[in-house]
Amino acid sequence: MSETQRIALTVNGVRHEKDVEPRLLLADFLRETLGLTGTHLGCEHGVCGACTVLLNGDSVRSCLTFAAQLDGAEIETVESLGRVDQLNDLQQAFREHGALQCGFCTPGMLMTSIDLLNKYPLASDAEIREGLSGNLCRCTGYQHIVDALRAVVKARNGGAT
Amino acid sequence: MKPPAFKYVAASSVEEAVSVLAEHEGDAKVIAGGQSLVPMLNFRLLSPAVLVDLNRIAGLDGVEENEGGLRIGALTRHRVLETSPLVEARFPVLNAAMQYVAHLAIRNRGTIGGSLSHADPAAELPTMALLLDAEIEVQGSGERRSIPAAAFFDGALMTVLEEDEIVTEIRLPAPPADEGWAFQEFARRSGDFGIAGVGVTLGRSGKIVSSVRIALLGVGQTPLRAAAAEAVLVGETPDADVIGAAVEAARDAAEPEDDLHGSADYRRHLVGVLARRTIETAWRRASGEAAEETK
Repeated sequence: MSETQRIALTVNGVRHEKDVEPRLLLADFLRETLGLTGTHLGCEHGVCGACTVLLNGDSVRSCLTFAAQLDGAEIETVESLGRVDQLNDLQQAFREHGALQCGFCTPGMLMTSIDLLNKYPLASDAEIREGLSGNLCRCTGYQHIVDALRAVVKARNGGAT
Repeated sequence: MKPPAFKYVAASSVEEAVSVLAEHEGDAKVIAGGQSLVPMLNFRLLSPAVLVDLNRIAGLDGVEENEGGLRIGALTRHRVLETSPLVEARFPVLNAAMQYVAHLAIRNRGTIGGSLSHADPAAELPTMALLLDAEIEVQGSGERRSIPAAAFFDGALMTVLEEDEIVTEIRLPAPPADEGWAFQEFARRSGDFGIAGVGVTLGRSGKIVSSVRIALLGVGQTPLRAAAAEAVLVGETPDADVIGAAVEAARDAAEPEDDLHGSADYRRHLVGVLARRTIETAWRRASGEAAEETK
């Protein structure tokens, strides 16, 4: 093992100080070091989007980021959203629209959607589809995910489309 | 897979990063956004002894006005270029090209210096650097030097950078006033690397094309200028015959190869289609028309 790097960072509002091997991916840091297994690791080369988390508010691939780079960072994962008995509006919309089946892609879909909702008007389905195009889902055929996101956009705009 | 072990250095200055690169004589790699490098590490296509992280170096990012053109720090993220009002105002063709770059999570991390250094001929920023005649500022152990984009790319994923050199800044010279422009790219899925793409900037004087630059994406070992197609257009009124001849010349300028995503013939065909659309659109925009893109 190569020499470790001391990092102090905040994950879902909780501060952690850890010694990490430089090659430790953020995804593995979250899953293995912190036990936050909500973040899923699919392709490990930035294509599938399952491992998407927020880094200082921006969506990033946690399989393409090293934990050692993140001293001082703020990370949010799917665990920062609602709880099982109290889903947030995005999770609730996914549930109501059947926007998941096996659930493997769902954490990445949710964290990507949060960043999309923050940065784009998502006025059309085409824009939603474009925004989600970096997240692969093998179950739903995407239509129900688009429906869920459109419902959130509408609700957050006070019911207007 | 998981990446091989390496030593990690978070450089606090370009000089420090350069000295680590020089010390390790080709066995150290620079990491900026990491969006091309980390997949290669995870696949174990690369196993550097040391990774030098540029992300902590102050002042290496940002978009600034520069004599009518722009200075873009090497660490500037794609997302910043995508949303920069300065880029949109000065170089609308670059703004248009940024809309094709990968996906939001990649654009949030990826950097212009990284994209140019990685030198994928199917990536948008190398093509834009060539189209817009960028000067690429480089720092190594020796003198700083400035490399024109036309001399920077040296083959697929190859540049003329020495092993201790780092891209620090990209300068785009001021474009002529009222220039028309267009960029179109074809990919099978949104955000994928383009199978082919064409960028055009075009100046107009009355009824003739006074200047034009045409760059091709994804159809050669590097981004390519279609110089013969440019020569067909300059000094002419772009009627159907002239545009037809320019399209033919652009197709001839492409040097495509067969791969999984498309045959060489298919790529050459796409260059023709996209060249026609972009030349027509750029001409209309140069005429002050609020041009709908030719589809």
